[in-house]
Amino acid sequence: MGEVIVVTSGKGGVGKTTTTANVGTGLAKLGMKVVLIDTDIGLRNLDVVMGLENRIVYNLVDVIEGNCKINQAFIKVKGYENFYLLPSAQTRDKTSVTPEQMKELTDRLKESFDYVLIDCPAGIEQGFKNAIAGATRALVVTTPEVSAVRDADRIIGLLEANEITKTELVVNRLRIDMVKRGDMLSCEDVLEILSIDLIGVVPDDENIIVSTNNGVPLVGDSSMAGKAYMNICHRILGEEVPYLDLNKKGGFLSKLFKK
Amino acid sequence: MAFADFFKKKQSSGSAAKDRLKLVLVSDRAGCSPEVMEKIKNDIIAVISKYIEIDLEGLDININYKPDPETGVEGPALFANIPIKDMKSKK
Repeated sequence: MGEVIVVTSGKGGVGKTTTTANVGTGLAKLGMKVVLIDTDIGLRNLDVVMGLENRIVYNLVDVIEGNCKINQAFIKVKGYENFYLLPSAQTRDKTSVTPEQMKELTDRLKESFDYVLIDCPAGIEQGFKNAIAGATRALVVTTPEVSAVRDADRIIGLLEANEITKTELVVNRLRIDMVKRGDMLSCEDVLEILSIDLIGVVPDDENIIVSTNNGVPLVGDSSMAGKAYMNICHRILGEEVPYLDLNKKGGFLSKLFKK
Repeated sequence: MAFADFFKKKQSSGSAAKDRLKLVLVSDRAGCSPEVMEKIKNDIIAVISKYIEIDLEGLDININYKPDPETGVEGPALFANIPIKDMKSKK
């Protein structure tokens, strides 16, 4: 029986979709059977970040409404044995799907996959409720900014209220230089404020934009972000990988992201 | 954290962010404004101080959303940690 993990944040633009794409691809690289579900109905993007936008025939709403079989809507990611994307619908809205239907779908999928990764839309309304309905674990993505951390706190509360207890934090787009000069919340600051477990720190890295331009997730390559995302994947599997220690002076970046 | 903060530049925007976040989250989580919390706190201090001397520095009052340990029911609860300095002698 697999695990259903929702990638969420509250605030938009902090890296949910990038995180879903990279963590999903990383888990597939580690040999896991993975399916990604884009639940951002009306504003789908996981397909472009994954470079699969030209291969969409059916979508999530088609599956829910019974217009096609679930396998017909899956887009197989090339180069992997068991890695699929279930794209969202672009011309419908969030009310096309209910939390009950989503739970039914993910319950079914976790029987044949190791990981069902759900890309959640921004906000706390219907789309969020749909995305978390079948999840048993959550990755909360935030950036070290007051707005993102505040929204993350709200999301953590809502996840708890919905009995998702395994909630872990991804601190995205951290700029070590700014933290050092005191102009950015450090990872420790964010953890202290939110008091949840950390699962990864992803540095601000322009390679992310390049990889999104190309539609190929960078997880596992030699870039900082690529290594950071692969570390997150190992941690999801329960392996211990050393964390960033911002209190150490000099060369901590290399220590941190070296596996 | 207090130790590290002590040596940080006072005006750094990072620590300003942290302080502001902490404050805003208190009211977000509690569903009431910092002013109301402050009033509650002052009233509690006033009442307790009639009987015992309390350590105002170590005083901590906030609202948490933790499940009740006995019933398991989730809901807001007022938590107060009020260190006692000295029991005032009975007059």
